[in-house]
Amino acid sequence: MKPSVSIEVVVLLAGLLFALGIVGVIIRKNIIFMLLSVEIMLNASGLAFVAAGSRWGQPDGQVMFVFILAMAAAEVSIGLALILQIYHQHKSLDIDNLKEMNG
Amino acid sequence: MDKFLWLIPALPLGGFLILAFAGKYISRKAVAIVGAGSICLSALVMFAVGGAFLSGMPENAVYTQTLWTWFEVGDFNAKITLSLDALSLVFVFAITFIGALIHIYSTAFMEADRDYARFFASMNLFVFSMLVLVLADNLLLMYLGWEGVGLCSYLLIGFWYEQPANGAAARKAFTVTRIGDAAMAIGLFMVFQQAGTLVVSEIGANASAIWQPNSTSVTITALLLLAGGLGKSAQLPLQTWLPDAMAGPSPVSALIHAATMVTAGVYLVARMHTIFALSETARLVVAVIGAATLLLAGLTALTQYDIKRVLAYSTISQIGYMFLALGVGAWTAAVFHFMIHAFFKALLFLAAGAIIESLHHEHNMFKMGGLKDKMPVVFWTFLAGAISLAAVPLVSAGFYSKDQILWYSWSAGGGNAVLWAVALAGALITAAYTTRMMILTFWGESHTPIGHLPGRRMTMPLVVLALFSVFAGFIELPHNFGHFTLFSDLLHPVLPETFMKENIPSEWLFQLLAALATLGGIFLGYYYYYQKPSRIENLRRNGLVVQLHRFWFSGWAFDALYDRMLVKPFIYISSINKKDITDKLYTGIAAITGDMYKLLSRTQSGSLRWYIMGLVAGAILILGIQIML
Repeated sequence: MKPSVSIEVVVLLAGLLFALGIVGVIIRKNIIFMLLSVEIMLNASGLAFVAAGSRWGQPDGQVMFVFILAMAAAEVSIGLALILQIYHQHKSLDIDNLKEMNG
Repeated sequence: MDKFLWLIPALPLGGFLILAFAGKYISRKAVAIVGAGSICLSALVMFAVGGAFLSGMPENAVYTQTLWTWFEVGDFNAKITLSLDALSLVFVFAITFIGALIHIYSTAFMEADRDYARFFASMNLFVFSMLVLVLADNLLLMYLGWEGVGLCSYLLIGFWYEQPANGAAARKAFTVTRIGDAAMAIGLFMVFQQAGTLVVSEIGANASAIWQPNSTSVTITALLLLAGGLGKSAQLPLQTWLPDAMAGPSPVSALIHAATMVTAGVYLVARMHTIFALSETARLVVAVIGAATLLLAGLTALTQYDIKRVLAYSTISQIGYMFLALGVGAWTAAVFHFMIHAFFKALLFLAAGAIIESLHHEHNMFKMGGLKDKMPVVFWTFLAGAISLAAVPLVSAGFYSKDQILWYSWSAGGGNAVLWAVALAGALITAAYTTRMMILTFWGESHTPIGHLPGRRMTMPLVVLALFSVFAGFIELPHNFGHFTLFSDLLHPVLPETFMKENIPSEWLFQLLAALATLGGIFLGYYYYYQKPSRIENLRRNGLVVQLHRFWFSGWAFDALYDRMLVKPFIYISSINKKDITDKLYTGIAAITGDMYKLLSRTQSGSLRWYIMGLVAGAILILGIQIML
């Protein structure tokens, strides 16, 4: 089956999603939304892998996406756990309140 | 016997190591036994080895013993090799024998001192270094000993370090001799560059092939080596340190600053005689410096009050005689005078130390007086040393050695009338200041009550040295009577014969004049200080005499001159550059780094979003650069 969408469009979409994710991470103050933005970035790169794999007819792209999926799941679970802890200690989800840690 | 040669320096080194590491934990008696015993054993080994050397003269008149290779760099290898020939035997004899007597004396002299072990450790290290100096077969090993004795001299001058003046004297001695040592090091580099070796015998054998006679390079090399000798031997213009070096204990003055170390310059010139023989200019410089020094130091000694300073200036003056002899080519006469001088000057210093100790550390001769009957042993031994120093004809050893130098300073190849006249005037002055010292110390009224008398451990070395000061001269009698040349025959395998001029007047005439000079000097001292002391008072009213006295008393104002010429400008320059201009560059770099750190540390705000912004900006920058290129 011939691909109906050209690779350039898909990569452009991936780039757009990635940029969106970065902007989200930078401008959002709420940690949960920052985590969401990071997910978007991960999926953007996953999309780029899948598109590239289909362009070259190689399975590697899909393999990489499965990896990213697994890693994202792990990341989300750890991230959420951290967020819970932060909320317990600071009673807020505002990233700017964490400046005092000076890390 | 030559395989025991290494023991001679090894024993004092062993003594030093024991005292340096265990000196704190062993009793005073043990310290004395180790400290003096090591030198006495070394002297016994010296007698055994020296006896074997003299009875069965080895083939090329030298014992050598290679212990190990010190280091190898390319073609150059420095070996730890000891070599004993007649010249070094004379020096080893003086160092170990007189050293042993002085160590025995010190066990009593330093008895009450807090740092008994430190004293003997330093003394043993000194004897070791001095033995390395004279036994070394190459100039590098000799330089090691040379620096070693300098270090020990520094340590022992400043032995009583609580008084700042003693520390200053030690630093002065170290710094002034360093000037000579630096010149000597350059001289060694030149020798190596031109000869390709530092082994003394190889240099000696090939000297005339390496250097053109009287060429500039050989003259410069000889003069650089001489400068090292001048520093160590306190000759003009580096003589200022020795009088101040009297700050050390009296046995130190006797051993280091009279008998052995200060004659290292004489040894160096005698050892390198092949180089000096090739340069007429260098020999003339040696002779002129010797003559100038002996006159200048003699006149200074005439005006001093402190008994040890008289002896110090007299040492400078007597070493001047040795340099004069070396300069005119009378090599063996110089070494002979060294040996005799070592005996009587060590004796005089030890006796002076005993007097000073008994008079509660009184150094001023004008406050002594009347000790003739109170300290008979010290008086008689001091008298033996004094007649030797004054070179009283026939009965003293000093006469035979000094008369030889006076005779050669006219008649030897490099001699001339001026040098002889200066040496003769020096003989007169020597006799005069010796008599002055004797009369002020032992005759007249007593000015200071006497404490305890020196014990047997102090008087025994005095008596032995006194015997040598009187009788040691008979091993070398003048050519015109006796003609007994045991000493110079012994040295002739090492040192060349003295080259004599043609058509010289009879030696009798010179001996007569030398004897007259000595007796005249004694009479002058006797007349002014014993018979008519009022004449001194009259002289004191004369303004010119007072000025002259002040000038001579200050050692011809050399200290003030150097202070103004070198020390003050140096301090001035260092005070301008107190803030250290070169350092500014480095502190500047450090300051820039500090500022940049402060600037960048502000970016660590704790705001996660800023970090990410930085990350993204960096990524975009790198990607941008990559796309652009």
